[in-house]
Amino acid sequence: MHSFGYRANALLTFAVTILALMCAIASLSDNLNTPSPSAQIEILNINWFQKQPHGNDEVSLTLNITADLQSLFTWNTKQLFIFVAAEYETPKNALNQVSLWDAIIPAKEFAKFSIHTSNKYRFIDQGHNLRSKEFNLTLHWHVMPKTGKMFANKIVMSGYRLPEDYR
Amino acid sequence: MGWIGESIESVKSMKIRDSLFQFITLGMIVSSALIIWKGLMCITGSESPVVVVLSESMEPGFQRGDILFLQMSKDPIRTGEIVVFNIQGRDIPIVHRVIEVHEQRQSGEVRILTKGDNNDVDDRMLYAQGQFWLKQEHIMGRAVGFLPYVGWATIIMTEKPIIKYILIGALGLLVITSKD
Repeated sequence: MHSFGYRANALLTFAVTILALMCAIASLSDNLNTPSPSAQIEILNINWFQKQPHGNDEVSLTLNITADLQSLFTWNTKQLFIFVAAEYETPKNALNQVSLWDAIIPAKEFAKFSIHTSNKYRFIDQGHNLRSKEFNLTLHWHVMPKTGKMFANKIVMSGYRLPEDYR
Repeated sequence: MGWIGESIESVKSMKIRDSLFQFITLGMIVSSALIIWKGLMCITGSESPVVVVLSESMEPGFQRGDILFLQMSKDPIRTGEIVVFNIQGRDIPIVHRVIEVHEQRQSGEVRILTKGDNNDVDDRMLYAQGQFWLKQEHIMGRAVGFLPYVGWATIIMTEKPIIKYILIGALGLLVITSKD
């Protein structure tokens, strides 16, 4: 009952249980944080707007993305993964979500930013429905914790419109 | 002569009873582990409720050796979700993020495109020949939680199977030689 094996076993089990408990509590503490993020996206320029040889529309945009996401960081946050997606509907598809740009914010200091960028990923439609298309731009963020549950949320900005003709 | 035979009989039967008891205990341990695993599969709705991250394609968020807790619900997949999927012809599941979703109006089917955070290009190259999109049925689960470093045990045992055999051998030896 008091051999080395028993003691080592009891110690290890106890240590692992405590570690698991601490990870769970760390994750639960994330719920205490009430974030208040803000963001704005402005389309600075439509670089070009074409119909590809296969018949799909493609657009290239330059965006100005300004955001303050500092309130999302807690002590249990490893990084924030943010991305901007264009959302729109077409006659054939009830919903289309196309990711245009993403970034990883590794620490709170970098979470307040304003950047000019063209779309990192190609904005291609399934079809040729993009002329005069109204669409929303959403800024999504995923909080990746040091341990535990991951959170995600978004800000939807509507009112953007593509030009009537190809350029 | 009679009582020697009797005592030998009693010793033999005790040994058999002990070893049977240990065998049953081992069986109980294995069965409970299986019950817990299958139970988790039911609760989370995913074929594999816990996966180990094997590649660096999601760094710096997920490193090799981290484990992810998965859940699968009937809610349609949306961009930004981290999903685990299988490609035909590959046996290891891939953990990447969804970057494009097209949901068809009539059938409700979704077409999904994924990409690893640390990769420069999307996953079209990884999909099967002629496959340009993933569908909801290819997705095994969404990642909802994460624990760092715990998966290294699985990685070591997969990459150096010697260690797996040594461990099982040592455990077996421990079970057989323990006196109670």
